[in-house]
Amino acid sequence: MNTMRNPGWEWLMAQRWILPVLLLIGFGLAFAIPEYNLLNKYVQLVMMYVGINIILTVSLNLVNGYMGEFSLAHAGFMAVGAYTAALLTQKVLPIADYPGLFPLAVLAGGLMAALLGLIVAIPSFKVRGDYLAIITLAFLMIVKSVIENIDYIGGPRGIPGIKKLTTLPWVFFWTVATIWVVRNFVYSKYGRGVLSIREDEIASDLMSVNTRRVKFLAFMVSSFFAGVAGALFAHLLQFISPRVFDIIKTTDVLIMVYLGGIASISGSILGAVLYTVLLEVLRPSNFAALVSWLPDVIFDPLNQYFIRHLGVWRMVIMPLALVLVMLYWPRGIMGLREFRWFVPKRDLDAHHRHVAHGGSHDAPHGH
Amino acid sequence: MTLLTATKVKHYFGGLCAVADFNLQLQSGELMGIIGPNGAGKTTIFNLITGVYRASEGSIRLRDVELVGKTPHQITALRVGRTFQNIRLFRDLSVLDNVRIAHYAQVHYSPLEALLHIGRYRREEQRIIDNSHRLLSIFKLEHLAGETAKNLPYGSQRRLEIARALAIDPELLLLDEPAAGMNPNEIDQLMEFIQWIRQEFKLTILLIEHQMKLVMGICERIMVLDFGQTLSEGPPTVIQNDPKVLEAYLGEGSIG
Repeated sequence: MNTMRNPGWEWLMAQRWILPVLLLIGFGLAFAIPEYNLLNKYVQLVMMYVGINIILTVSLNLVNGYMGEFSLAHAGFMAVGAYTAALLTQKVLPIADYPGLFPLAVLAGGLMAALLGLIVAIPSFKVRGDYLAIITLAFLMIVKSVIENIDYIGGPRGIPGIKKLTTLPWVFFWTVATIWVVRNFVYSKYGRGVLSIREDEIASDLMSVNTRRVKFLAFMVSSFFAGVAGALFAHLLQFISPRVFDIIKTTDVLIMVYLGGIASISGSILGAVLYTVLLEVLRPSNFAALVSWLPDVIFDPLNQYFIRHLGVWRMVIMPLALVLVMLYWPRGIMGLREFRWFVPKRDLDAHHRHVAHGGSHDAPHGH
Repeated sequence: MTLLTATKVKHYFGGLCAVADFNLQLQSGELMGIIGPNGAGKTTIFNLITGVYRASEGSIRLRDVELVGKTPHQITALRVGRTFQNIRLFRDLSVLDNVRIAHYAQVHYSPLEALLHIGRYRREEQRIIDNSHRLLSIFKLEHLAGETAKNLPYGSQRRLEIARALAIDPELLLLDEPAAGMNPNEIDQLMEFIQWIRQEFKLTILLIEHQMKLVMGICERIMVLDFGQTLSEGPPTVIQNDPKVLEAYLGEGSIG
């Protein structure tokens, strides 16, 4: 394990109680911020996007990072979740009277996506790598054209006027739930099965891992949370159309996964936060505000030639940043490493157990 | 008692006959070796037994259970463990995880219990951690539990691979060239070690090997393969003096 041996850091990592305390504070803030307008509406919106992107990134990492596949279907699952939930809140559930039913719609969106994830898992039994990537791309295109061709759900025009039910506390709740469940999955026999498939699928099968079952589960968990993210997204943007869930959406999530690092939950959180926040910072008005302290001699030309065209530039800067990360940091920021607070204590201890009862050749047999 | 029976097993890769009429009766507790020149079909036989390939014809039975048609993990769960000619560890994972993964079939909790870390999860996880540590300590690898497998020296990787194979709690262990890349001294240790694990874990062992020293030294029975055909079978002394075997290994005695 690749950990720093700084005593201060070691001490901090041993204080595992901090994490639940932080979560509690976070939950409190998630309620307080919108209630008392502690931050302006725009910052609150960005925070919610950050949360949704964390859900998307952590869940995609399960398939693309932990399992080492290259799925492009994530936006498709997101679309299924978004449409399912939006239809429920618009046409089925009496949401106007009972806004408390919203989590039911989100859950339904996730379950619907998970069901489709089950179907996408099937080709992964036969093919891997590039070929599976093409199949998942095809799936994404199928989802998009199916939606475009059903008039009942708005066809290519999409669904406008969705109620704004996604709130900061809900986003916080689902983000934490995603992280917790995916982390639990990863540190179970199924999660280790997923990792072993990435390492060597045949060896994995020969070490008694039921690879099909493991793939089914990984795709289901991954697509479930993509669906949840889609549902939250729909009720935040208040408008969805097939075009929202195209390959560009998947690409965004891919960038966050590989920037943060494969097979790492903390990496995915980091990747999602960095990417989302940086893209916002690179909006002309935000960037101008950020550098407004510069003297006019520098600011004016900067503004004229760069900041005003940032709308175009940011789509150059971010991919360029990704290219650099891939070149110099091919595994991403946290690739194959995990922040220790996320690792179950049992696992940590098991990896660092010192030879207590003499590891001799003829060690006493038995449990 | 017969543990493994192969009857008239044939296997083709396209038009190429890799294994032609392979027959084997392996007794419980036996230590048997399969030798033969490169390309004789030795590893293919391991792959047929463990379900990596499905035999084109014939039957392979473990006691009364037909193995042909079963998937590798089903066969492994019937307590058949194996190692590989070229080490196939989970290179980027920890030494401990390599061994833990092989417990998959013996860990009993449902996906839901895994997702929520409830029910049997804790007890089962602790049980396989303890068992993994027990295996690692037997193989003198316990202090490396947290190390990434690929960082281990070659010899330790070989040992880890055997530890991993034992983690599936096998009754039948298939060793594919366990002495590959070892010097004579290491081979001596390995021979002792194979004998030891055989007794300790009450194993039936079938091994493929090129190192005559090892095969002749520990195997009770040897089978010689060439071009998918069984050339000869018997105890080491018989095999050593079989003219057909010498011919296959050294070429024909005369030209023309």
